[in-house]
Amino acid sequence: MEKNDKTTGTVSGIIANLVVVDVDGPVGQNEICFIAHGKERLMAEVIKVTGDQAYVQVFESTRGLRPGSKVDFEGHMLEVTLGPGMLSRNYDGLQNDLDKMEGVFLKRGDYTDPLNREQKWSFKPLLEKGAEVIAGDWLGEVEENQMPHRIMVPFKLEGVYTIKSIVGEGEYTVDEEIAVIEDKDGNSVSVNMVQKWPVKVPIKTHKEKPRPFKLLETGVRCIDTLNPITEGGTGFIPGPFGTGKTVLQHAISKQAEADIVIIAACGERANEVVEIFKEFPELDDPRTGRKLIERTTIIANTSNMPVAAREASVYTAMTLGEYYRAMGLKVLLMADSTSRWAQALREMSNRLEELPGPDAFPMDLSAIISNFYSRAGYVYLNNDKTGSITFIGTVSPAGGNLKEPVTENTRKAARCFYGLSQDRADSKRYPAIDPIDSYSKYLEYPELQKSLQKNMGEHWLDNVLKAKDILFSGKEADEQINILGDDGVPIDFHQRFWKAELIDFVVLQQDAFDKIDASTPLERQKYMLEKVLNIADTAFEFKNFEQVGDFFKRLINQLKQMNYSEFESEKFKTFEKELEEMLREFAVETKEEAQAV
Amino acid sequence: MSSQAFQKVYTKLTNITKATVSLTAKDVGYDEMAVVNGRMAQVVKIVGDQVVLQVFSGTEGIPTNAEVTFLGNPPQLKVSDELSGRFFNAYGHPIDGGPEIEGEIREIGGPSVNPVRREQPSQLIATGIAGIDLNNSLVSGQKIPFFADSDQPYNQVMANVALRAKADKIILGGMGLSNDDYLFFKQVFDNAGALDRIVSFVNTTEDPPVERLLVPDMALTAAEYFAVDKDESVLVLLTDMTLFADALSIVSNRMDQIPSKDSMPGSLYSDLARIYEKAVQFPSGGSITIVAVTTLSGGDITHAIPDNTGYITEGQLFLRRDTDIGKVIVDPFRSLSRLKQLVIGEQTREDHPQVMNAAVRLYADAANARTKLDNGFDLTDYDERTLDFAKAYSEKLLAIDVNVDTDTMLDIGWELFGKHFSKAEVGLKKEMVDKYWKE
Ligand SMILES: Nc1ncnc2c1ncn2[C@@H]1O[C@H](COP(=O)(O)OP(=O)(O)O)[C@@H](O)[C@H]1O
Ligand SMILES: [Mg+2]
Repeated sequence: MEKNDKTTGTVSGIIANLVVVDVDGPVGQNEICFIAHGKERLMAEVIKVTGDQAYVQVFESTRGLRPGSKVDFEGHMLEVTLGPGMLSRNYDGLQNDLDKMEGVFLKRGDYTDPLNREQKWSFKPLLEKGAEVIAGDWLGEVEENQMPHRIMVPFKLEGVYTIKSIVGEGEYTVDEEIAVIEDKDGNSVSVNMVQKWPVKVPIKTHKEKPRPFKLLETGVRCIDTLNPITEGGTGFIPGPFGTGKTVLQHAISKQAEADIVIIAACGERANEVVEIFKEFPELDDPRTGRKLIERTTIIANTSNMPVAAREASVYTAMTLGEYYRAMGLKVLLMADSTSRWAQALREMSNRLEELPGPDAFPMDLSAIISNFYSRAGYVYLNNDKTGSITFIGTVSPAGGNLKEPVTENTRKAARCFYGLSQDRADSKRYPAIDPIDSYSKYLEYPELQKSLQKNMGEHWLDNVLKAKDILFSGKEADEQINILGDDGVPIDFHQRFWKAELIDFVVLQQDAFDKIDASTPLERQKYMLEKVLNIADTAFEFKNFEQVGDFFKRLINQLKQMNYSEFESEKFKTFEKELEEMLREFAVETKEEAQAV
Repeated sequence: MSSQAFQKVYTKLTNITKATVSLTAKDVGYDEMAVVNGRMAQVVKIVGDQVVLQVFSGTEGIPTNAEVTFLGNPPQLKVSDELSGRFFNAYGHPIDGGPEIEGEIREIGGPSVNPVRREQPSQLIATGIAGIDLNNSLVSGQKIPFFADSDQPYNQVMANVALRAKADKIILGGMGLSNDDYLFFKQVFDNAGALDRIVSFVNTTEDPPVERLLVPDMALTAAEYFAVDKDESVLVLLTDMTLFADALSIVSNRMDQIPSKDSMPGSLYSDLARIYEKAVQFPSGGSITIVAVTTLSGGDITHAIPDNTGYITEGQLFLRRDTDIGKVIVDPFRSLSRLKQLVIGEQTREDHPQVMNAAVRLYADAANARTKLDNGFDLTDYDERTLDFAKAYSEKLLAIDVNVDTDTMLDIGWELFGKHFSKAEVGLKKEMVDKYWKE
């Protein structure tokens, strides 16, 4: 799409944010252009070309725009600017720095620089003059929020280059030259700390992308214990409104053991972003003790911001993620909600009068979603270091119906399914992840099984499966009890039901707003799972079904008090001791032992 | 709306549909307002020199030689303190017999607040209604609708909430309001001596439905004036947003757009979000809180209108008739205030979150017991007690006619726990039980 003379054009039609432009030269699909409107320049992207007419989607309101307005085409696709200084920033979907914008209200045509051009970074070279490099190789590094930020050979360069010169340790701005490299034919390229990259093209500087094999700790028991996600894995969280998608994503982004967290607020509430702005600078990263905001970048394209930029926002987020992955970091990427992105595609497809697919979504929705999810993953870089992007998206199914196109197509693309259930949310069983329907395909990967065995102990996997069996069996028992009545089933059914409730209340349910309960480290998860399974293995003797419920309610209450207490604290141990005493009341063995004495 | 001298008058329409007229015109801006034979219209499409105008009141009787003038601006409203106490139609013209107001001209449907310039909502709004204050506390800067079937007294509840909310200004956006409801609002505001802090934009059932599309933006432009320019706390009431959405679907159908679920336009989510996201807490102290009404058909919240609304708003207050007590209650299961955790237990007593959750959980147990009963099974002693609890809970706390302060609500909660249950059955944090349990 490189060309010398810039193409220009004139507006000839306007339908909401779809604008038709008569052009005087070549234009490319997805090329960026600017429409002049008074003093404002409105950014737009080409989405269809017929003859001499380009159809562009405008990233702004088109109110007042007139036919005849001049248009300048830029000769490149929508790009992000990559360099040190992107952490702790709040960008819009097009990577404009929101903090740099003046005034309370967003102004049309206000585009701000994503980087700080004045700031000096202390640069340390990692390679020497004469070394051979290819795109993505690490020339040097600076420290960004105390994290190594690698300065890489620009991704767009092809072939092998030789370092002609590289600066020594020192303070440089992002625009200052730090190296000159030269290709086989002697063409030299000046490299600084900034590069641009088109968001819809994946950055591929790694040499290999193995299947994910390492658990990524999130502190959410329902995920880590039952259906773990992996470093470089993909997952999605569908659920009707109000079932806890956003709370769950926020919990994961606060607690997960990632180096970098990128949150794309895609077409959702502005107040939810404000919550992050407010909380993350206060909260500590559990692993490093630094503030959460230091490892976080927020891409905010809330529901009242222009629809076309909403679509761009998830790609912007992914590209930033790929950039940090290429420097060997563990990136966690969250998008809330991918359905809004799909809806943005639908709005535009309808305006273009394309043949609609199911529910009026574009026909290629499935491919678009799959392509996007495939950009996540664990990679081996050329220098044998590793990096990863773990991606979790929420889906907001219309009418809560999981058979709608966005959910169905996402199911094909993502490997973990954390389905939120309306019933669980209604009865305040949070997080409302349905324990029966949800899954992690990674649990079936021998690679992950091996690493779990090593890190969580030999019995871990068996225990997890056992917990799942108990939940399932409890559900069956519950159904029978509902059909036949409390008295119509053997007491054993009540035990089965209550053992499942025990796991539900103690392991699955977790209060995201309680300081201690909100995040559970793996070690504690293991301890509690074993504790609960021990109880489930104990043989009890009850006279009637009412005793079962009463007894288990007391156990649950006791175990919940443990969950609310600091792990292994005095309080925790006292509750635990009381629990052991309670257990003796109905346990069969202890009674026999007592009789024997 | 007589045309001014310098304006060009067009007299040749090239196309007429049920909702739109087209003509050849030059130098027209997108979204611009126009007058077609005295009827208000707006530019919805420009293709070459062909301009398509949506005529708000429909095109019945419009001839091809109708007079068309363009007003040169998008829909706008004059704002000043003179707005207070006045009633306007969807175009911002007085309907109370008073004079046109003087003030600064503002485009309606203006730009969004930069998210980094927002303040986190933090001010509790007390309504006295426990179904709201106890289970679903409201916070200024929040946006929340009542979900209610059309036979429920949602407008009365909303008027109560508005008058108790201690807002500096109340702005009523009425869409498809029956004349009786319009007079009802006028009367309660008048009786409360509150008329001077109320501004109303009203589209009644007698007005063309498509005009409603302007009402929320009119109301919110007035709200932004008071919240931004005057740093006031403003409460905006939008009733009924289902009728607003219906008008959207009328327009999109008439313009042959591809409908998505429930014949609604594919852009319904964005259209509604643009309105609701105007709710905001400004750092300067001003705020806009939106309380809306979304009427349901037969309690169905999966219909596209309530569904999209629920995805946008910060919760919903679900009204339902409880046949056990013969009153309308705020249903604790289907209702939610997403901002409650910002205030409960902090601006209210420490036991608030725990009492709230425990009561709802026990109410859920009662629902299970009722299912058992309906299926002809024997109830356990615990089941019986949950049913007794549920009835008392509904009567003393959930009913919309309750009007007490939050501490009293919490005390009532503990009383009910102590009366019907053991400590273990309620299962609260030990510290709370030690401090508040009532035998
Ligand atoms: N883990 C949790 N613990 C406690 N409350 C929760 C939890 N998850 C969700 N909630 C409650 O549910 C509400 C809605 O959650 P949210 O994540 O905003 O839903 P969604 O994004 O699915 O619409 C929250 O405001 C909160 O009151
Ligand atoms: Mg959400």
